[in-house]
Amino acid sequence: METTPLSPQRARTSGRLGRRLRVLLTIPAAGLLLSGCTLPSFGVSKGVTKSSVQVFHLWQWFSVGAVIIGTLVLALIAYAIVRYRRKDESAIPKQSQYHIPLELLYTIVPIVIVIVLFVATLIVENPEVSNPRTDVVVNVNAFQWGWKFSYPGHAVVVVGQTTQSPTMVVPANTNVHVNLTSTDVVHGFYVKEFNFSRFALPGVTNQFTFNAVKTGVYSGQCTQLCGLYHSLMFFKVKVVSPTTYDQWLLANRNVSAATAAANATALQNNTYLTSQSTHSKEK
Amino acid sequence: MSQDVITSPTSHEAHDEHHGPSGLLKWLTTTDHKIIGLSYTITAVVMLIIGGALAELIRAQLATSNGHLVSFAQYNELFTMHGSIMIYLFVGPFAFGALANIIVPIQIGAPDMAFPRLNALSYWLYLSGSITMLLGFFTAGGAANFGWVGYAPLTSSLNAPGAGADLWIGGLLLTGFSAIFTGVNLIATIFYLRAPGMTMFRMPIFTWNLLVTAILILLAFPVLTAGLIMLYADRHFGTHVFSVAGGGVPVLWQHIFWFWGHPEVYILALPFFGMATEIIAVFSKKPVFGYKGMIFATITIAALSLGVWAHHMFTTGVVLLPFFSIMSLLIAVPTGIKIFNWIGTMWRGEVWFSTAMLMSIGFLITFLIGGLTGIYLASPPLDFFTHDTYFVVAHFHSVVMALVLAAMGGLYFWGPKITGFLLNERIGKAQFWLLFIGTQVFTFPQYILGLQGMPRRMAVYPLHHDWVNLNAISSVGAVLIGISTLLFALNIVVSWKKYPAGDNPWDAQTLEWFTTSPPPHHNFYRLPQIRSERPTWDHNHPEHKSVAHASREN
Repeated sequence: METTPLSPQRARTSGRLGRRLRVLLTIPAAGLLLSGCTLPSFGVSKGVTKSSVQVFHLWQWFSVGAVIIGTLVLALIAYAIVRYRRKDESAIPKQSQYHIPLELLYTIVPIVIVIVLFVATLIVENPEVSNPRTDVVVNVNAFQWGWKFSYPGHAVVVVGQTTQSPTMVVPANTNVHVNLTSTDVVHGFYVKEFNFSRFALPGVTNQFTFNAVKTGVYSGQCTQLCGLYHSLMFFKVKVVSPTTYDQWLLANRNVSAATAAANATALQNNTYLTSQSTHSKEK
Repeated sequence: MSQDVITSPTSHEAHDEHHGPSGLLKWLTTTDHKIIGLSYTITAVVMLIIGGALAELIRAQLATSNGHLVSFAQYNELFTMHGSIMIYLFVGPFAFGALANIIVPIQIGAPDMAFPRLNALSYWLYLSGSITMLLGFFTAGGAANFGWVGYAPLTSSLNAPGAGADLWIGGLLLTGFSAIFTGVNLIATIFYLRAPGMTMFRMPIFTWNLLVTAILILLAFPVLTAGLIMLYADRHFGTHVFSVAGGGVPVLWQHIFWFWGHPEVYILALPFFGMATEIIAVFSKKPVFGYKGMIFATITIAALSLGVWAHHMFTTGVVLLPFFSIMSLLIAVPTGIKIFNWIGTMWRGEVWFSTAMLMSIGFLITFLIGGLTGIYLASPPLDFFTHDTYFVVAHFHSVVMALVLAAMGGLYFWGPKITGFLLNERIGKAQFWLLFIGTQVFTFPQYILGLQGMPRRMAVYPLHHDWVNLNAISSVGAVLIGISTLLFALNIVVSWKKYPAGDNPWDAQTLEWFTTSPPPHHNFYRLPQIRSERPTWDHNHPEHKSVAHASREN
């Protein structure tokens, strides 16, 4: 398995402005983000990576804004249609058309809100898309309809297709660098508990780094339509302690070929797929 | 009602001073913008019904976690064609082909579109493009199955070998040219055929929005056309624009597609914003609040929309995140201005809850939800984990269903002008409540599903969490929306030629309400003085002119 050298250039180009802002705003932002803990979750979980927690807090603050603005506007609409509903068919109200100070107010206030949202976005986004140097590298290759996880330098390869979903094992509290590729069409690498997804593009090595802080098994799935069995393109991420990870690497050295063969057989015997493909022939 | 006050003294003259073919031949050979507009309206509503039927099938399949109503392959065709029909064949053509075609020339006092025969060509291209795309269902390999966005290389001859894909490309090319010609026509009409006195800043908001839409069409659609030709060449002539094997770049398709696709969002939305603006003003008995600010906001939205395409591509990892993030977030500002202007129009008005007005208020609320959830998606970290999940599906369905509500409002409002009869208000209100509640029941569970991690375009889904319940509720919403559409059909049957509309049943304000319903062949027997953007109102209520600063005079 070839190893792609780390090149965090992309992250750097997209983050220069943000990095300066971040330096300026780190202290108040940290306070805001921490206090976010007491807010409702608005349907999103904290996730299990360092970034996913920050993303969760960003979600909370966006939601606070959305709820306040949404409620305000709905209240204005409700007031207008109740208070000013027609009572007399022939009545003609005052034909007022402009109110410049008011119009300026609802132009300038949204601009300020947008700037605040943008800065908050940058504060969370820049560390999330940065690629710090790390020793743990996993090459993730997506294909129709499965995943291959290879660990360069360790001769470990895990492959699985559709319902025989493969498991990517990674150490906890460690930066894990992913080189994401696709052999055929566009796929989406998505782990719900990471609050993150990234496309696997043919011809491009996409890179990202995550740091899982909680051990456990998390389900992942292809999010980008990739053909017939898109709905079945699952995988798992198993976060273990660094020691367990090292043991796992040793134990699985060079067993990849056998696993792949076994998986292929399993796929052929998979009744679910068989029934589906028969079904599709019927039409 | 004051309709008799404004009845033009000449309105009882014979309408048929135009000597041309009648019956079917009239519909086939006409260059009258009103007949072409009606053809557009009927075709677009048929497409809405077909696309809606596919949606009902999708929701039926997803009502259970392991649905067997359709196969995986058929499911891919279903959502591809549902999206394609709704976006390419319903919303767009309805927005700038149907009501715009009928109303814009009358609103500015023009006898017809600037290029009547080009207008007819637009319609026939649209009809043939629609049929071409739909024919995919009858090919051996089935219809197109790569999603309405057709991300390369899923569209390559290897991955999508069927004729359905080619028919999709061909249909899209034809409707694309139809849109471009309509854009040219609208711009020429608005610039050159305005009646004396109808200056640019006396044009109704609907016409303004269509002008901006038409300019966006001319900027965006040729890009899609070029992309489709590249795609076709890749598939059949051995070029490698989008294939890695030959040195091509698959992600280029996404750039081309969304460079068209995001302006397209506003090409779809702006005409409906215009409809809602007119309706809210008329049924509040007030001028459009912040008329000039509204135009400024429309132009700003259009300008920004050309620089936000890659917010659909945050998860590709190959775009400059902060630029596209701030550009996308900024769109919230002019959009907010519009929302506040709509509320300002109702403020201190006399709000009349006709069906058209209810539909517009429904549009306003649904669009607010779609707009607010859109702000999340402009933030890359939040987009990363909601992209391609049901959160996005719910977001754009809130937006598009808001447009459907506005479209229905437009049909109830302007339908009488073009057909000469009113629709039944009782059935209309029932339709509104079903459509409005159905929309929310349909989208809300999808927001939650998306946040719980359910990706879009899945024929089956795992049995965890409460995904089954949420999907079932969403499917119930889809059924409610379906019933509302049936009520609309019922309403047309029930009301057919039953309730004569008169020239101006709503005490409306703009020029189209000055002429007869339906208007004569070249639209007007006479014109009022045009001294503001609402000449009919000025004519009927000379003592109630617009005033500038309400606050000072109170």
